[in-house]
Amino acid sequence: MGSITLKNVRKAFGDVEVIPGVDLNIEDGEFVVFVGPSGCGKSTLLRLIAGLEDVTSGQINIDGQDVTDAGPAKRGLAMVFQSYALYPHMSVRKNIAFPLKMAKMSEAEQEKRVAHAARILNLDNYLDRKPGQLSGGQRQRVAIGRAIVREPSAFLFDEPLSNLDAALRVNMRVEISELHNSLKTTMIYVTHDQVEAMTMADKIVVLRAGNVEQVGSPMELYSKPANKFVGGFIGSPNMNFIVGEGAAKHAAHTIGVRPEHWQLSTEGGEFSGTVGVAEHLGSDTFLHIHLDDGTPIIARAEGERDIHHGDKIFLTPQDGRIYRFAENGLAI
Amino acid sequence: MATRQTQSLAKLMRAPAIILLLIWMVVPLAMTLYYSFMNYNLLNPTGTSFAGWFNYQYFYTDPAFWESIWNTLILVLGVLLITVVGGIAIAMLIDKPIFGQGIVRILVISPFFVMPPVAALIWKNMIMHPSYGVFADIAKFFGMQPVDWFAQYPLFSIILIVAWQWLPFATLILLTALQSLDGEQMEAAEMDGAPALQRFIYLTLPHMARAITVVILIQTIFLLGVYAEILVTTNGGPGNASTNLTFLIYRAARLNFDVGGAAAGGIIAVVLANIVAIFLMRAVGKNLD
Repeated sequence: MGSITLKNVRKAFGDVEVIPGVDLNIEDGEFVVFVGPSGCGKSTLLRLIAGLEDVTSGQINIDGQDVTDAGPAKRGLAMVFQSYALYPHMSVRKNIAFPLKMAKMSEAEQEKRVAHAARILNLDNYLDRKPGQLSGGQRQRVAIGRAIVREPSAFLFDEPLSNLDAALRVNMRVEISELHNSLKTTMIYVTHDQVEAMTMADKIVVLRAGNVEQVGSPMELYSKPANKFVGGFIGSPNMNFIVGEGAAKHAAHTIGVRPEHWQLSTEGGEFSGTVGVAEHLGSDTFLHIHLDDGTPIIARAEGERDIHHGDKIFLTPQDGRIYRFAENGLAI
Repeated sequence: MATRQTQSLAKLMRAPAIILLLIWMVVPLAMTLYYSFMNYNLLNPTGTSFAGWFNYQYFYTDPAFWESIWNTLILVLGVLLITVVGGIAIAMLIDKPIFGQGIVRILVISPFFVMPPVAALIWKNMIMHPSYGVFADIAKFFGMQPVDWFAQYPLFSIILIVAWQWLPFATLILLTALQSLDGEQMEAAEMDGAPALQRFIYLTLPHMARAITVVILIQTIFLLGVYAEILVTTNGGPGNASTNLTFLIYRAARLNFDVGGAAAGGIIAVVLANIVAIFLMRAVGKNLD
């Protein structure tokens, strides 16, 4: 079991209010991703749930029990840190067994659980090595192994993939998703990478300056962003925003159009502009376009296109793919 | 092009320093060895003659010899024990953020800057003196008989003084080690359910192992040669109760003017230091890898 509820949780460091008040419901077995730009308070929120920081006010419940004042060990959660935080002088085996040893579990049971975790994570051949002798991905697995053996009610991940190279990151992303599918345990995952958020999450919590901007499934956030910030944060490359005359035509202060939702034409369209840099990725081409009023736009063109720097181009948003925002940023 | 030439150039550039160090070391050692086999007394400098092993036999059969070796070892071990345990404790205390941290740290480190004879005299006359020392005042305040430290516990008093001088060194080295301890590791251990004592045993101590080794090795080198503190306080007494090997050699050379005997003692001290070094490297050397 691992349902977690935050009730008006506030956190201030001295006079600086990092989290002004968060209400959040996390269901048992969900994969929840906290996403937001650097310094938005997502790691702090995770540490509050872990018990590594004290809440200033508010209440945290795990499985219906108030754990606001309970120590980290009492909450039954396991955490994977950004730096992995492995114990450098212990072998992989001892690292993984450490929480069991602290729980005074019998040697046989420890051995059984370590072997089980090692099998799941492909660490069988590395059990007697020290963390210093492992690669980044292997260390990551050990850190996850140390979390698994405790059979916690929820896993907390604090930007676990940010120290890995790009290829490995994609692999570990899939492995963590697989792990979630086989364990069916609640996972809370903090990242600033919206691709990780989109690909892994059941539920995404978008944070800005300690405030929850929107909570929803990846597709909800993609297709129905609650405000301009969420619209701009989710999706890659970022959503294009157009203000002024072009937006007024759609009865909005700002309109947003995703790069993949433009229809491009060389003859005519709603907006016109000049092509700047064209990034050819093979499957897609991203065109950096300057509209006539100077607004920079990124548009995705499929496949290879014979478009060159300085060409005149016309753009029209696809039907029903225009996001309209009021002056205060909220979606209309 | 580079490697071979730079290597020989590097050898050439190193040579003066190495040769100087070698002369510095080898010449006194050779002279000591030479004199240790000679009958040479400053009271009768013309009567120099070859002595064979007599100087060694004489030094070895001195009734103070074994006692001085024993005292040397107790002194080294006692000071090491106090400084390492105390150093870890103080380092952990001043590692915590507190008001006036900078000043507290300077105060903690300051005894190291007091030269040994001065420190010993301060302890002798102002702290441990049976009639006007601070300890005596405290004892009198509680209505107890003041302790005459240097008469009743001479070796322990010297251990206390030397430990007071070396505690800052140990604290400083251990503090830097403590500061490099990864905070996330501690938090991970906390989440793993390890209480403070377990975190200390399983994380802090292994992390500091190398620093503790450095403290032990460096201090041992200097503690084997403690001399000034003994000279200005107990003068080796009462009897030979606070005489260590260094002080015994000093007595042979400067009180008996027996250069040959003192040289033999010096060679014995070198052998003892090497034996201690071998044991130390066996015991803690692997921490330095």
